Amino acid sequence: MATLLEVDNLQTQFLTSAGIVKAVDGISYDVEEGETVAIVGESGCGKSVGALSIMRLIPWPPGRIIGGAVRFQGKDLVKLSDAEMRHVRGKEIGMVFQEPMTSLNPVLTIGLQITETVRHHLGVTQEEADKRAIELLGLVGISEPERRLKQYPHHLSGGMRQRVMIALALSCEPKLIIADEPTTALDVTIQAQILELMKGLTRRLGVALIVITHNLGVVARYADRVNVMYAGKIVERGRAHDIYHRPSHPYTLALLKSVPRMDQPRKAKLDPVEGQPPDLTRLDEGCSFRPRCRFKVEHCEREFPPLNSVAPGHVAACFETARVVRLEKVAS
Amino acid sequence: MYQYVLKRLLLLFPTLLGAAVLVFFLMRLIPGDVCELRMAGTGAYFDKEALKICQDELGLNRPILVQFWEFIRGYATFNFGDSMYTGRPIVEEIVLRFQLSLQVAIMATITAILIAIPLGTISAIKQNTWIDYGVRAFSIAGIAMPSFWLGILIILGLLITTKSWFGAAWMPPIQYRPLWEDPVYNLTMLIWPAVATGYRYSAVATRMTRSAMLEVLREDYVRTARAKGLLEKIIIRRHALKNSLLPVVTVIGIEFAFLMGGLVVTEQVFNLNGLGKLFVESVTNFDYNMTQALVMLVVAVFVLTNFVVDVLYGWLDPRIHYR
Ligand SMILES: Nc1ncnc2c1ncn2[C@@H]1O[C@H](COP(=O)(O)OP(=O)(O)O)[C@@H](O)[C@H]1O
Ligand code: SF4
Ligand SMILES: [Mg+2]
Repeated sequence: MATLLEVDNLQTQFLTSAGIVKAVDGISYDVEEGETVAIVGESGCGKSVGALSIMRLIPWPPGRIIGGAVRFQGKDLVKLSDAEMRHVRGKEIGMVFQEPMTSLNPVLTIGLQITETVRHHLGVTQEEADKRAIELLGLVGISEPERRLKQYPHHLSGGMRQRVMIALALSCEPKLIIADEPTTALDVTIQAQILELMKGLTRRLGVALIVITHNLGVVARYADRVNVMYAGKIVERGRAHDIYHRPSHPYTLALLKSVPRMDQPRKAKLDPVEGQPPDLTRLDEGCSFRPRCRFKVEHCEREFPPLNSVAPGHVAACFETARVVRLEKVAS
Repeated sequence: MYQYVLKRLLLLFPTLLGAAVLVFFLMRLIPGDVCELRMAGTGAYFDKEALKICQDELGLNRPILVQFWEFIRGYATFNFGDSMYTGRPIVEEIVLRFQLSLQVAIMATITAILIAIPLGTISAIKQNTWIDYGVRAFSIAGIAMPSFWLGILIILGLLITTKSWFGAAWMPPIQYRPLWEDPVYNLTMLIWPAVATGYRYSAVATRMTRSAMLEVLREDYVRTARAKGLLEKIIIRRHALKNSLLPVVTVIGIEFAFLMGGLVVTEQVFNLNGLGKLFVESVTNFDYNMTQALVMLVVAVFVLTNFVVDVLYGWLDPRIHYR
């Protein structure tokens, strides 16, 4: 498979009164065509900023992409003009946001919000756009799509609205969809439905998917590959299976302990990751996970660990990877 | 919806009744009446008998509750009585002035909307640029500058420019003629007070539009619209403007109702014979009937304006339901 998206040393910062927030601090990863890639990490680690940076939707002021490249089908999105970027947004890359309750415009009909996108990018008539919208709503499992077109967002439940957002993201047959915590705001029962829907549709239509989540449990089931993010950096990457069964970074290990696992007995107790994530305005040159790390050694203070290979296609940014892996082996 | 309209219109009656009670009794708390004013106003000697005859004629000597009952009964039968000062029917006295004031209020509102919405929007989009600073200075000036003063400036400006361009100084006409009788004459007369009050009025609405727009531009659905690749002007016009108009409509509605009776000084400056002037005169003349009629009229306008604002709300925001 060919590489669709290549994020290369992307850096995004916010200028605030407290100082420069290095929200995304040199992340690199890629997404192949049709592949599902997960970005996992605690709240505030820069997942959303990373996703919005790809779409160039970081509001300036206060935020700005200060370095790196986002190569999408060979062209660097960071360097595109605003007009060129508008052809990418909604057309080549669709986006689903975390908050279904506020992501749709409350005063415009569902129909208009879908058809305006279709008409803008595909240049079709209103009738053709309506037809497409009906087809899309059917595709995402919304009943009576024709009637829904005339409804407003407040007529729909959160889960339904998220389906509309998915229909919107799919509306112009994009190559890639970025879903930023698409189920975090939903009821647990609906979360699985929405994730299944996204997985099914993207597989069927051959659309690549970046799914952002803070729940490693989600990842194991729906993603091909996983990037674990901590304090603006990617600290571990590998195939979902490897990350789940052979975590090699202390942070990933802690994250895994904080979610219920289907492959382990129920009684294993859940530990939330101890301590607080660091202040992103005050990072030093050492490993940013150090204050919360059980494995830290003296060297961790002096240098940020580079991403090193632990197995084919599996990298982790930690000096003590070997000890982490060994400990896991002993435990299981 | 029909039910809602009906309900709102029915609500008008208790509101009017409350206003009637207030104005009726408050007016009579002020010592003196129109007859005393007429006869003793000059400070000269006057005949107690003549005073009594005058008061009897106007019914001012009857028990106060009887007077009140007459007042209410009159209004219930659309009989609004005569002015106690001029003796002419209230309706006759008010009609032309109401037309004038209504027209100035509507024109001022249109002026305000035409200034406020584009300027407020641009100011928000260009936040913290010199355009924004310019707009904000312009609207602060509107609040700081009394509209009568602006009125005087406008009149002076008209005099000076017409004098230097055409050789003869021109002043807007003073005698009111309704719009449909002589539109050009009417507009050349009323556009100036409308602009003078509309500018001041726009200042509040501009700031409101700006802050509402700034807030809306931070909303998630605007980000969604951007993520769809829409043009910025469509995002503003279609996605942001309608949402940010809600608070603006409220401000405009309140101001409009206020303009109907509150343009006393501006009317003075432009020599207009409007409701504001009539209001002041009727109070100083102890013309109870006229004051009562004017208060009731302004209250009715207030209630109706609120109603229109509510209907606009429903049109702007489909989440609002009328029950
Ligand atoms: N508009 C903003 N202004 C200042 N800081 C911001 C802004 N948006 C995000 N940040 C900062 O960037 C960091 C990453 O945020 P985000 O990407 O939203 O985290 P998450 O991983 O939960 O999605 C946070 O520390 C946050 O404070
Ligand atoms: S580098 Fe050191 S401090 Fe950082 S995660 Fe590894 S062991 Fe912990
Ligand atoms: Mg987020």
